[in-house]
Amino acid sequence: MAEPGQVQGSLRNRLAVTLIGGAALLALLLFLVVRSYAAQIAQQGQDSILTASVSSILDAAVLRDDQVEIDFPYAAFSMLTTAADDQVYYAIYRDGGFLSGYADLPQQASSAVPKQFQTALYDGKAVRISTASRTLLGADVRTRITVSVAQTQDALSETLNQISTNVASFGLGFFMLAVLLSFWVTSVTIAPLKRLTTSVTRRGPQDLRPLTKPVPSEMLPLVNSLNTLMGRLNQSLSQSEDFIAEAAHRVRTPLATVRSYAETTLQRVDKEENRQALRSMVRAIDESSRAAGQLLDHAMITFRADHLEHEDLDLGDLVQELVQRLTPVAEMKDIDLVLQIDRPVRLIGDAILLQNAIRNLIDNALKYSPSESVIEISVTASPNPQVAVRDQGAGFPSDEIADLAQRFSRGNNARGTIGSGLGLTIAQDVAAAHGGSLTLSNTAGGGACVIFSV
Amino acid sequence: MRYIFCLILGLWPLALSAQNWEDRQIFRGAALQDAGANADAVQLRILSSTDTAFFTPIIHRFLADRPSVSIEYLVAGSAQIDHIFRQDPTQYDLIISSAMDLQFKLTNDGYAQPIEDLVTPDWAQWRQSLFAFTSEPAAIVIRRADFDGQPIPQTRQELIEALRARPEVFRNRLGTYDIRRSGLGYLFATQDARASETYWRLTEVMGNLGTRLYCCSGDMITDLANGKLAVAYNVLGSYALARSETASALTVVLAADFPTTMMRTGFVTASAPQPDLAKEFIRHLIQIQTEAVDPESFLLPPLIQSQTIPAQSTITLGPALMTYLDTLKRRMFLKEWTRAIIR
Repeated sequence: MAEPGQVQGSLRNRLAVTLIGGAALLALLLFLVVRSYAAQIAQQGQDSILTASVSSILDAAVLRDDQVEIDFPYAAFSMLTTAADDQVYYAIYRDGGFLSGYADLPQQASSAVPKQFQTALYDGKAVRISTASRTLLGADVRTRITVSVAQTQDALSETLNQISTNVASFGLGFFMLAVLLSFWVTSVTIAPLKRLTTSVTRRGPQDLRPLTKPVPSEMLPLVNSLNTLMGRLNQSLSQSEDFIAEAAHRVRTPLATVRSYAETTLQRVDKEENRQALRSMVRAIDESSRAAGQLLDHAMITFRADHLEHEDLDLGDLVQELVQRLTPVAEMKDIDLVLQIDRPVRLIGDAILLQNAIRNLIDNALKYSPSESVIEISVTASPNPQVAVRDQGAGFPSDEIADLAQRFSRGNNARGTIGSGLGLTIAQDVAAAHGGSLTLSNTAGGGACVIFSV
Repeated sequence: MRYIFCLILGLWPLALSAQNWEDRQIFRGAALQDAGANADAVQLRILSSTDTAFFTPIIHRFLADRPSVSIEYLVAGSAQIDHIFRQDPTQYDLIISSAMDLQFKLTNDGYAQPIEDLVTPDWAQWRQSLFAFTSEPAAIVIRRADFDGQPIPQTRQELIEALRARPEVFRNRLGTYDIRRSGLGYLFATQDARASETYWRLTEVMGNLGTRLYCCSGDMITDLANGKLAVAYNVLGSYALARSETASALTVVLAADFPTTMMRTGFVTASAPQPDLAKEFIRHLIQIQTEAVDPESFLLPPLIQSQTIPAQSTITLGPALMTYLDTLKRRMFLKEWTRAIIR
């Protein structure tokens, strides 16, 4: 099994957090900027009305017999009417001395250059005060009239609150949109990566073809590297398979020759020692030959699994034919092959591979079965087409069942028996190539049971 | 009648008795009538410029649901009220006056407290503190006997012509408010002057013929009824119509050129000893005045009048009301008025 990769952060989260955080920051900025701008405009509005009120009072000021008369218009105060019913205060000064209005209004007539606008507290409320002066020239006097008009800021703060609420809801709306958008952008951005992962994951174990689907330009280097890596892997795999097949093939032919010589020689020698040595030799040669054969089979299966042939066949016929072929071998060991067939067991598959796989299973059973025992072979159609092979041997070592189907793996109890450890591997590869599985278990009586299902 | 109202003069502290009230009555709820003493009673003090008779049915209705409450109803002139109240603003729960400008200024100066949940038209309230409860036009009241066979003048201009045509009938038989003493008179005069120059011409004609000056509408109606006056200018028509014995002899003319309409207003004082009860009273008052229930027993004109008065002639509750209260403006206006009316 491959080691799971180390995880450090998540592209999706990083992207989403960056986008959402940015949107939140922008929304907040929008709120603050618009609010301060609105406050400025609203204040300007109030200031200009207060200024108009002050100047309409100042304009009405006249000197008559050294008396100041200010017959200011009704509009001077009516223009200060607001929806929030703001309170209005005013004060008129002559040369710094109070003349009329609210005497305790915060005044600055005494200062040389009075500020035009100021915000002050009056009667416990914040008021905006506008102040202006005018010099009146009489016959022999020169006097300075200063007028302050003040107004509370209820309407202003109502307007500001309303604007704030509106801007806040706009900001929140934009933010929500940005959040939705960023989720969408994130998933769209991550999608090709996911697709690539899926297409790599879905591949069969032998599929090392390069990835050809178009990908975003940022992912091209990754895909190229992946393709190069797979290409190299494929090449080295096929090289080694070729090498094994070639080697097995080259070894098998001379081995056959050597075996036939050994057999011939065995006929000729009489000395028991020599005969013993020759028999060992033949056995060793058989083992090597069988191993070479299985290596060849395995290489063929690896090749064929990639280019599976699909033909309609009957599993029962196939197994029956195999059993007939193997019956002589079984008889040599006094083993009965009992075949049970559920007819018909139709399936679509590669006949050569299936034959090879099942032959390996029966071979194994023959190998590990004691003399004068029975091997049951049953072919059933449901739920899946499957072949079960049960022997009366020692069975699988229970602690190794999981690993036995791996290449070159043999059970502990298999020493002294000819075998390469490839038999189960071949069967499993064929089952996998057909979308099936190989199940190993021990029967209640102690024998091994292998179920090959497609 | 389940309630009696009685006039008690001797029981009150000297400081209060020193005040020269036009009228002063104490209304008691049913539960207080047997006890006789009023020591523990919750008492509401109303300072008002409206004659007691107009408020009696309203107060009785109010006390019907509150038997353990007593109400002291103090009547003074509208200008006096401003003076009395500003001297000691903690003594009174409610201020009710026809002088909108003075009422407005008291509210603007922070002497009123808001009643948040009172629903009334926007034009009939200011800062949810000052509430209007009547709409009353200033009227020209004419003694019908003196216009026998003559057309009744419908505008100020026609009145000027009528006065000039028969000076011998009207000499010293014209009446109007002394605006130096009456807050309402000053309000009517300034609003008239603001609306048209005709006001000054009329004032001069009245001054030339000799005009009697009054403190209150009631006195003018009385003198009209007994023949001392032939015409009264800027009188509250409601007072004339309220008295059945005068209603037949007098004609109330609402000047067709620009009828000046004032609204009686009331507010709960900021330092009212009984703020909750005072607020209930204002609610009660507004309810009676807007629902137009039983006009026979409730004599005050309702807040929302029928279509006879154009809406724009009603004096607006707004900061502009403070214009003529300015010391300099008032001095100038009174100077001009005095010059015109007093010969």
